[in-house]
Amino acid sequence: MPKVHVFGRDHINTDEIIPARHLTTDVESELAKYAMEDYDKDFVKRVQPGDIIVAGADFGCGSSREHAVWAIRGAGVAAVLAPNFARIFYRNAINNGFLALECADIVSAFQDGDEADLDLKAGVITNKRTGQVVTFVPVPQFALDVQKSGGWLEYMKETFN
Amino acid sequence: MGMTIAEKILAARSGNESVVPGQLLMCDTSWVLCHEITTPAALRMLEERGMDKVFNPDRIVAVPDHSVPAMNIKAAKMYQKLKSWVHEKGIKHFFDVGRGGIAHVVLENTGLVKPGDTLVSGDSHTCNAGALGAFATGVGSTDLAGAIYSGKVWFKVPETMLIKVTGAFKPGVTPKDLVLEVIKQIGADGANYMVMEWVGETIDNMDMEGRFTLTNMAIEAGGKTGIVAVDDTTRAFLAARGVTPDQYTEYQSDPDAKYKVVIEIDAGALEPTVAYPHIPSNGKVAGTDKIAVTHAYVGSCTNGRISDLREVAAILKGRKVADGVQMIVVPATQAIWKQAAQEGLMEIFVDAGASVSYPSCGACLGMHSGVLGPNDICISSSNRNFVGRMGDPSAQIYLASPATVAASAVTGYITDPREFIGSGSAAD
Repeated sequence: MPKVHVFGRDHINTDEIIPARHLTTDVESELAKYAMEDYDKDFVKRVQPGDIIVAGADFGCGSSREHAVWAIRGAGVAAVLAPNFARIFYRNAINNGFLALECADIVSAFQDGDEADLDLKAGVITNKRTGQVVTFVPVPQFALDVQKSGGWLEYMKETFN
Repeated sequence: MGMTIAEKILAARSGNESVVPGQLLMCDTSWVLCHEITTPAALRMLEERGMDKVFNPDRIVAVPDHSVPAMNIKAAKMYQKLKSWVHEKGIKHFFDVGRGGIAHVVLENTGLVKPGDTLVSGDSHTCNAGALGAFATGVGSTDLAGAIYSGKVWFKVPETMLIKVTGAFKPGVTPKDLVLEVIKQIGADGANYMVMEWVGETIDNMDMEGRFTLTNMAIEAGGKTGIVAVDDTTRAFLAARGVTPDQYTEYQSDPDAKYKVVIEIDAGALEPTVAYPHIPSNGKVAGTDKIAVTHAYVGSCTNGRISDLREVAAILKGRKVADGVQMIVVPATQAIWKQAAQEGLMEIFVDAGASVSYPSCGACLGMHSGVLGPNDICISSSNRNFVGRMGDPSAQIYLASPATVAASAVTGYITDPREFIGSGSAAD
């Protein structure tokens, strides 16, 4: 059962998710070592494959660096749920088939370390400790189409070869 | 129903008569801008998939700027990757180290991006070019790769925020103070997914350099881009770069265009504004608190232009940077560097005790040329004051106009630049 890591602050930015000092690599496994470093330097020691980040509004604001998506995905994070996302981070998530799920009341529904059950088909996440079920905005059809192709470039390759 | 400038450009570039916000479009991109941080990843993605072509080598502009001249071997390899690709694919517009500077500022001065164009780049400050009446926005490496390969990019048509600015700036108040005030009012995500369209007599009277400062920071409010309609100022700026009106399409927003939000600002009521750590929306009037600084930084794609350097020189002339303050001035491009030298600004900076660096992104994003150490306190003309942005996460970054940075460098604490205007040796 995936654990939830709660980063409740609004405006967690891409510099905090992956600082520029690490941008001399774009290898996901390398970037993963520094995921969330300037917000919580111990995060990478705690996170397990399949875990979920719950964050405040405007997650991923700032730079266009796709390294932010790669770093947290590389660290094992399966999805980020937040009330909303910064625009470029959100489209980077779509292009990578990474789950960025919009959910207004998500921060108050979880405590750090809670276990959760994420049901994409039903569009809900359940807090296993409290039993609370929270609905998130369904993944847009376009994003699902891109995901089905295997990512934006695969979609692009099929369409504009 | 009427359309905004942004909607008209996206309609034209997607082959539609009209579009509405929320619609997903496949658009042609007129230009793709590449630098050495996010482009190598895009190229690797393409190579891995055997998608080894570029849509049009004449429509790609490559400018290394973030980590050049390289500060370590890894950075040198990224620069090499960009450069070898440029040569291999015959990319026409390559502004190498020594011929370029900060990509956005280099681009705005080439005359390549024109009104009505679309532009994408793997850099969030691509919105800078919106001041030319173009639709310009930052994307990640995957979108960049797709654009390099096909010349196509998907857009969700954004809603537009109209920002009406009237009145004249008081002396010592600049477009940077205006944009910091707007971001303070609407919040760091106040324009999330929106276009920020700037109108009003203050914008009409503003030069292109000021307009670029406004559109450059659209991303600091979460905006998809900033935009300013073409007028005589734009036309003259383009003409000076050899671009004639028959080479571009001017779009104006219809009188009945629909805006999601309308904001009205009285420029005459603005004060020099400083964004306190750690978010650009955290603005206060300069000098409200007496905050000692260890570093003063002038540069970046927001405020490293010649007019910015002139403002700094006007305050530094005949004065000294305070003991204990490290001041760095980074002209945004090679051309601006030369212009500053010709005007005697460099001499003023050096005599004042400032260090003048080569054109690049420099310390704005904490990669080289003045990275902050633990607990340093920096006043900067750049665009972001996030934790760790310019170096150590414990450092504090305050954002301000170049004039405020210069005044603060002289006194050693964050200072209202009006204390230096119209008095002392800087008045001439």
